Amino acid sequence: MLAWTIYISFAGAAALLTLKPDQVRAARIVALLASLAGLLVALAGAFEFSASGGLVTVADKAWIPQLNIRYTLAVDGISITLLLLTGIASVTGVLFSWNVTHRTKEFFAFYLALIGGVYGVFLSFDLFLLFVFYELAIVPKYFLIAIWGSTRREYGAMKLALYSFVGSAMVLVGLIAAYVLAGSNTFNLIELAKFPFPRDFQMWAFPLVFVGFAILAGLWPFHTWAPTGHVAAPTAASMLLAGVIMKLGAYGCLRVAMTLFPLGLDDWQHSVLGFGSWRDVFGLLAVIGIVYGAMVALVQKDFKFVIGYSSVSHMGFVLLGLMTLTTIGLSGAVLQMFSHGIIAGLLFAVVGRMVYDRAHTRVLDELEVMRLSKALPFAAGTFVVAGLASMGMPGFSGFVAELQVLIGAWKAFPTFAVLGGLGVLIGVAYTLRAVQKSFFSGHAEPSSELRDGTPNHDLEPISLPEKIGAALLIVCMVVIGVYPQLLLKLIVPALRSDLMAPLLKGGL
Amino acid sequence: MNYWELCRLFAPEITLVLTAGLVLLLDLARGRGVPNRQRMGLAAALASAGCLIAWAFLFMSETRATTLLNGMGVIDPQTNFLKQVLLLLTILTAMISIETEFTDHVGEYFALLLLATVGMMFLVSSENILMIFVSLELLSLSLYVMTAFNKRNPQSAEAALKYFLFGGMAAAFTLFGLSLVYGLSGETSLREIARQLPSHARDPLFLLALLMTVVGFGFKVAAVPFHLWAPDAYQGAPLPSAAFIASGSKVASFFILAKFMMIGLAGTEGSAAWCAFASGWVPALAVLAALSMLLGNLAAIAQKSVRRLLAYSAIAQAGYMLVGLLAHTPQGLASMLYYVITYALTTIGAFAVVAVVQEKSGDDSLAALAGLRQRSPLLAGCMMIFMLSLAGIPPLAGFFGKFYLFTAALNSDAKSLGLLWLVILAIAMSAVSLYYYLQVLKAVFVHAAPPEAPALTMATSTRLVLILLALAVVLLGAVPGTLLEKILSTIP
Amino acid sequence: MSGPITLLTITPLVGAIIIVGLNPQRKSLARGVGFACTLLSLAFAITLWVNFDAKSGALQFVERWPWIPTLNVEYFVGLDGLGLLMVLLTAIVVPFALLASSHVDENPKAFIALLLFLQSGMFGVFTALNFIHWFVFWELSLVPAYFLIKLWGGPRRAPAANQFFIYTMVGSVTLLLSMVAVFLATGSWDFMVLAEKGRSGELTTMLTARLGWFGLSKDALPLVIFGGAFLGFAVKVPLVPFHTWLPATYAEAPTGVSMVLTGVMSKMGVYGFLRVLLPVFPGEMRAVLPLLLWLAVATIVLSACAAFAQRDLKRIVAYSSINHLGYCLLGIFAAAQITGNDPQWNTEKAAALNGVLLQMFNHGLTASALFYFVGLIEQRTDRRGLDDFGGLRKVAPVFCGLMGITMFASLGLPGLNGFVGEFLIFKGAFALTAWASSISVIGLLVTAIFLLTILQRVWSGPLTSQWGGFSDLTVKERLIVLPVIVLMFVLGVCPQLVLNFINPTVLRVVEALKP
Repeated sequence: MLAWTIYISFAGAAALLTLKPDQVRAARIVALLASLAGLLVALAGAFEFSASGGLVTVADKAWIPQLNIRYTLAVDGISITLLLLTGIASVTGVLFSWNVTHRTKEFFAFYLALIGGVYGVFLSFDLFLLFVFYELAIVPKYFLIAIWGSTRREYGAMKLALYSFVGSAMVLVGLIAAYVLAGSNTFNLIELAKFPFPRDFQMWAFPLVFVGFAILAGLWPFHTWAPTGHVAAPTAASMLLAGVIMKLGAYGCLRVAMTLFPLGLDDWQHSVLGFGSWRDVFGLLAVIGIVYGAMVALVQKDFKFVIGYSSVSHMGFVLLGLMTLTTIGLSGAVLQMFSHGIIAGLLFAVVGRMVYDRAHTRVLDELEVMRLSKALPFAAGTFVVAGLASMGMPGFSGFVAELQVLIGAWKAFPTFAVLGGLGVLIGVAYTLRAVQKSFFSGHAEPSSELRDGTPNHDLEPISLPEKIGAALLIVCMVVIGVYPQLLLKLIVPALRSDLMAPLLKGGL
Repeated sequence: MNYWELCRLFAPEITLVLTAGLVLLLDLARGRGVPNRQRMGLAAALASAGCLIAWAFLFMSETRATTLLNGMGVIDPQTNFLKQVLLLLTILTAMISIETEFTDHVGEYFALLLLATVGMMFLVSSENILMIFVSLELLSLSLYVMTAFNKRNPQSAEAALKYFLFGGMAAAFTLFGLSLVYGLSGETSLREIARQLPSHARDPLFLLALLMTVVGFGFKVAAVPFHLWAPDAYQGAPLPSAAFIASGSKVASFFILAKFMMIGLAGTEGSAAWCAFASGWVPALAVLAALSMLLGNLAAIAQKSVRRLLAYSAIAQAGYMLVGLLAHTPQGLASMLYYVITYALTTIGAFAVVAVVQEKSGDDSLAALAGLRQRSPLLAGCMMIFMLSLAGIPPLAGFFGKFYLFTAALNSDAKSLGLLWLVILAIAMSAVSLYYYLQVLKAVFVHAAPPEAPALTMATSTRLVLILLALAVVLLGAVPGTLLEKILSTIP
Repeated sequence: MSGPITLLTITPLVGAIIIVGLNPQRKSLARGVGFACTLLSLAFAITLWVNFDAKSGALQFVERWPWIPTLNVEYFVGLDGLGLLMVLLTAIVVPFALLASSHVDENPKAFIALLLFLQSGMFGVFTALNFIHWFVFWELSLVPAYFLIKLWGGPRRAPAANQFFIYTMVGSVTLLLSMVAVFLATGSWDFMVLAEKGRSGELTTMLTARLGWFGLSKDALPLVIFGGAFLGFAVKVPLVPFHTWLPATYAEAPTGVSMVLTGVMSKMGVYGFLRVLLPVFPGEMRAVLPLLLWLAVATIVLSACAAFAQRDLKRIVAYSSINHLGYCLLGIFAAAQITGNDPQWNTEKAAALNGVLLQMFNHGLTASALFYFVGLIEQRTDRRGLDDFGGLRKVAPVFCGLMGITMFASLGLPGLNGFVGEFLIFKGAFALTAWASSISVIGLLVTAIFLLTILQRVWSGPLTSQWGGFSDLTVKERLIVLPVIVLMFVLGVCPQLVLNFINPTVLRVVEALKP
């Protein structure tokens, strides 16, 4: 049944293409229905799943028998969590794009195609199929940004597409090499994971595939596409990019790189430059990402850049969690994937849809004089909530996730854990700065006009779709923050399953 | 073996020759005074009919393998299949040429087209170096003239001249090389040569022969460094000629290269494995492949003309195809064939789109494509499919083709993955190629159409061709099993 | 999941949510609902007090549910004497502060909602017994406080609010990291379990055993971890030299918020010392005890002197808060001393600790009342400088009287509530650390001086002409402050009311501290 998430999304995209260009309302409705259907299917799947537990195969058909490639879809707890994230992100993305009037049907068509590809990646258990969906998602991304984006959109779109493609090229090399070495019998993830690849092979294949996926996850120093891309993208695309697409990369790191080549994480023969294994290297890069992303976010002048860099910083936590190789750390990483997806979605929604579409500027200094807390109280409140969640305030989903990552990290790399804590603090600083400058300026005499002369009080009020979208995201943040067990009870058994258990080398 | 049997075996070729004559006659007799478009239409229809009849012959022929005259003609399922593919490509070329206006000599053009096809058909069914050379010449000469056919455009003449001079030189190299092969082995049939040659593998004369034949064949497939004719030919030649060179000629040339190397020079492969190079035809082609992929992709980035871009892209794609050949296994051959066939289909489609735009606006630059989405959604959608397939985006044919090529290359040495370096280079260059394909799509989808852009109408035939090709690319990519099965089953 | 404590904690939360949903125009309705809510909380708190079994020192009203099993985190609440005391303090101060803020006219519903969120957070902090659970509330209480200062504060509120938030966050992060280290060593977040381990000395060995790090010597690691936790609480109290955020924050915050900040939130730091630091890290504390005592002394003396030097009334009260809390810490550190098994020492320690708890409660009352009065002055005259006024007693005698009573209570006049606490602290501390106590007496003296200075400058002396229209306390204002004043007298005369239920808890703590 879960396969319907993919089919509905693509069917929706196709249906949208049949509409006429001026049927804007119809396009919105179709998109909303398709994404809502996807979410409902994912929810239903989640409920059904928690009853049974373990890996559940959704579909398995022969596809290209000459190469032993099969159309295999399956889910475990981790996949379900990410499917839910995609569902929620897709629905809220549509809601926040309700005001798109330029080439609406194509916008939603590309959007739904992208969502379909993402669902496909999370569901695929045949590596060829996974790769197909992964690559497939690059094209809609490019067009969404290049056509409907803002700052330097063509450059941002091309950079994003090329970086993603290079990343997937690296993955492809690793995948084909693994397939061939294993006798070209199967592309099934579980079968390949069981195959004993030689240690030397794993030592270079692992970093290759890991970095290939991690590029999309925003691993420092390959993260530079992220701020440019996020800023250039239209709101819904930014929400998806930061919220879901970056998680595709992290998922690939976990599901493909780490599962297929677990020996790649082992200690090397001799330590090089103080590093003893790829684990140390990537752990360090992750931490650098956390701190660097936070520090750069602190000095940005453009509101959206702050959020873009904060995404890099938060994804650093995910990658750090992956490198801990403990149940706590890995489940924290997956939880952070979900949590940050929601939080980033809301942050971009506020910046892009609520503020930029109305004030027509994202420059913090200009926003400072507008006293937006008076003009847009709902947006101010929403951004405060999102900012608190982003900071890792307890009570929101980010806290438990980051805590688990830090605990897991402490065992393996205590210094990194401390640096991660430092990153959290810097996170507090830049969030406060952004909140203050954008909404709650301390100016005694705020300007009563916007940059282009429109009087402040003429800003249009927050529309109903925006309110619904924001409410949905906030509810998720708070629910998971207060009761993370809802997701953890899916994630942890998945990590202990036969497929993933060999990874848990770090104790705990 | 009497003449009647010979005729039966070569019925398709004979049909085509007859059709060529018929087209010529009809056009000369009735064509004066009739508007060009009608003449084109009629000639194309006739040519297509002839091809279809030839196809029917192939379809109905027995599948038992026959070798004639010391390998001069080989009729087996593989050659039959390839001939069918070539006929299809010819039909498609004929159909997209209906709306083009580059010449008054309609009959001559289609006759040449058909004769070139005949040359290709003989080429794919020959396993004798003499026959190879003769068919190659028939093909090449027809193509040179077809390139020059646009007498109103100096670019066409320049392209043809370059093509001819280059091709002449290459033919000389080929001939010299082939005679050296004959000298060394004392045989003209490829299978016989294969028996004799390995004992001479260390002979410097053999290396010379190898190099020369590589030059000759390399020219034909437009591999670096023998590619210099390609950009001009692709850009300057009349559109159907360019499409034909890019599709049919490529298929045939690659096939004969594969046959020559794998059958004729079997036993002298050598190895291009990393840190385990051994001299033979494999490392020679490996160098060609690497250079083609590098130069083709990097040069394409700077192009402003769509046709030149397609030319450099073709050079790069030739590199990928050579990678598959390097495996010298049946799987490698199958991957190469799969890729070159789907590539040919994609290229004709791309050229068809460019044809429509160029005919109406007289310009083949990227700027002419601006806003194609608004002007003709069909063209835009088809162009998207073709460009993305060339870039290697799933689930299109180009992606699976590349994937299969690389898998085959690695599978040839499954234990130590010797060709990994080449595969890595190929994948990396493939990533680079996304840039310029997206440039085309950017013009089509992102940029707005200039207000004075001419309207884009096209004949039903072109529309039909485009839709068919787009569907084919998508289906062959999503469900490659059928084509793959066919190819694999025909490999002896 | 509806035990009495959860009900108590949820009530302000629910009230806040209701208020958020109200129409912004209906200000008095918002105020009414808010006040009713705080009264409800007070009623719950009193019910808890009445049902509290004062004889046993054990935890009561315990609720325990698994929350995040992966991390061994539970929803664990319970009350002992200390917790009950703090809950009562919160339940009394917040309605007081709410009533004091009835003049807030700009978006009052948000103000009241935030205040209620804050109250809920504080109830949570004082009742939670699993570290992560506790930490959630600890952090969450920062947020409403930040916004209350940021949005309704004085002219330089932005930097003050940021400073407040960031300082406290830094402390929180180090605290979190230290407790994570403890968790990794022991596998538990439970305060009770950790206290047990700390008492038996197991914790130190477990820390060194399981967390070898960077070649830090075996002794250094537990100290570093202790340092992290210490920092977290020291910032909150605040202890010199981590106090620099306080004066600005208290001065810029609106009256009601200052009342809550000084009345309850500052106690969170001391509570942390008592609940977490002392039980879990007794050995480490003793290892650096001289340093800690010096810090406490410095806090007492320096803050008193600084208060003396201030010209802004609010800042005087702010520094005076630091001073009073310094006494609490002096008491705690003194009680942490190693003294041997002689029962006499235990009595001294118990005295000191009882004094600490009493001081927490009493200072909460007096300080919030002081801020209230200063706030009233500021409302009437738009000023709060020490030198701006004079002879106001003539025009506002009741005001002067009540404020005088409060100041004397803060000073420690016998008969009023401040005396008992300070007396007990000094009694115990003198016996345990004579030198520290002696120096701290300076603080007492200076406090007396500056408080009397206020009385003299503001209330006595010739009446400055411009304040002729200074009105006395209205009936409403008198009613607002009356309960607190009454409590000051009652507790001064009859401290038994409180001592009854805190003593058993204190005795347990002292037991655990042996030798």
